[in-house]
Amino acid sequence: MAEQAKNGKNQEPLVVGRLHKSFGSQKVLNGVDLSVARGETVVVLGRSGTGKSVLLKLLVGLQQPDSGSIRIHGQDIGGLGMDQLNEVRKKIGFLFQQAALYDSLTVEQNVEFPLVRHTTLSDAERGKKARDLLASLGMEKDLNKMPSDISGGMQKRVGLARALALDPDILLFDEPTSGLDPITAAEIGQLIVKLKKERNLTSVVVTHDVHGAKSFADRMVLLRDGKVVIDGTFVQLEKSPDPFVVQFLKDAA
Amino acid sequence: MSFFEWFGELGLFCGQVVRAAFGAPWEGRELVRQMDSIGSKSFPLVALAGAATGVVLSLQTRESLTRFGAKAMLPAVIVFSLIKESGPVITGLIVSGRVGAGIGAELGSMRVTEQIDAMEVSAVNPYKFLASTRVLACLLMLPLLTLAADASGIFLGWISTTLSHPMTLRLFLHNGLRDATLNDFLPPICKTAVFGLIIGFVSCFQGMRTRGGTEGVGRSATSSVVLSSLFIILADVILVRFIQVVFPS
Repeated sequence: MAEQAKNGKNQEPLVVGRLHKSFGSQKVLNGVDLSVARGETVVVLGRSGTGKSVLLKLLVGLQQPDSGSIRIHGQDIGGLGMDQLNEVRKKIGFLFQQAALYDSLTVEQNVEFPLVRHTTLSDAERGKKARDLLASLGMEKDLNKMPSDISGGMQKRVGLARALALDPDILLFDEPTSGLDPITAAEIGQLIVKLKKERNLTSVVVTHDVHGAKSFADRMVLLRDGKVVIDGTFVQLEKSPDPFVVQFLKDAA
Repeated sequence: MSFFEWFGELGLFCGQVVRAAFGAPWEGRELVRQMDSIGSKSFPLVALAGAATGVVLSLQTRESLTRFGAKAMLPAVIVFSLIKESGPVITGLIVSGRVGAGIGAELGSMRVTEQIDAMEVSAVNPYKFLASTRVLACLLMLPLLTLAADASGIFLGWISTTLSHPMTLRLFLHNGLRDATLNDFLPPICKTAVFGLIIGFVSCFQGMRTRGGTEGVGRSATSSVVLSSLFIILADVILVRFIQVVFPS
């Protein structure tokens, strides 16, 4: 295991092979292959119900695949026990579609939540780290507000700060701009670019907003019926003769 | 889902919660918060219900006892009835209504808004942070709440009695507790700890397996109350017989 982890340092941080997942008779993922290089931002596109969010949940072990492999830093997470999986999870940040902030905690306490349990920082150090993170995302004035008292865009920023609290090297975004107005959505896009530059994060972004994703995507992967239709840059997508890709880009315009 | 599947899953859930409860990190702050939410905030309702039961017992049994010439037994009837059965069951049912619905709805909404997923992704065990703290709080607070219901019931039972046949509280308690032994007090109080476990486990289980948006949250809240009340009544029947056999008066 240690050797596997050591080798993993030279490997792509995230590699998915022949991933299958069904719910009852409904096949959601049907042999998905995906690899993401260090510091790369890959956008996963597709219509609603094509398994984009399921793919993200499989990557952090929230759901189990029917078959296929998921390697995080070279380590196959399929056979890991809960303690080992949790060690892997500490290196992954996850921004949920609705931010998923804890209702009973303030903005600052939400960001401190993982720090309290996984670091040996003192109360003062923890508070400073949480406040610094929130300030870097423009949320320094709302530390003591409850999640229900801030807007959807602000909730996403707090969710992002919480995802970054343990200094992950992989960041997963589930529909980061959905339900936001165009200006706030663009701001979230800029934050993704900023984080990529500052932290050299490896990111997977699930979205159906292809044009918004152009600003931060290194590569785009389009899913259809649980399979990858095309994997390439936005320019390659635009040049693709595949009728589904053409139609998807046309509908998204 | 079949009846047996549900029980099987509940059993697995209880196992996970018990395993999660032992070992660091200790969620002391969350446990205290839950003890306050479950215990302190249920106190007024439980005390009121206990008081009402004491008054009703006094009013209802006085007439019957007078008819059989056993009016002097009234304090003992009130005290024994409250301590051995009315207090524990009323407390269990009231807490299952107030707390069971609260836990079912809170954990249910955390499930459907992906807050529990977010906790797992943060490498925090929700069985520990959410479930074990609530189950432990229910286990600890139910006996204390039962004592409160018993005390307020006995006090209001005395007031109701003394309004028609004046007697001091001291005399009332002396008559009521004269023949009581430790076996009359302790087993019923311990019984309520089992009620607490039932409320905690069933409500957390129903909440954490919620599916189907806000409608699902509503279903979880309702089923938490219905199932925990049902199991409290069934457990009471079994435990009363168990206590009679193991702790004879």
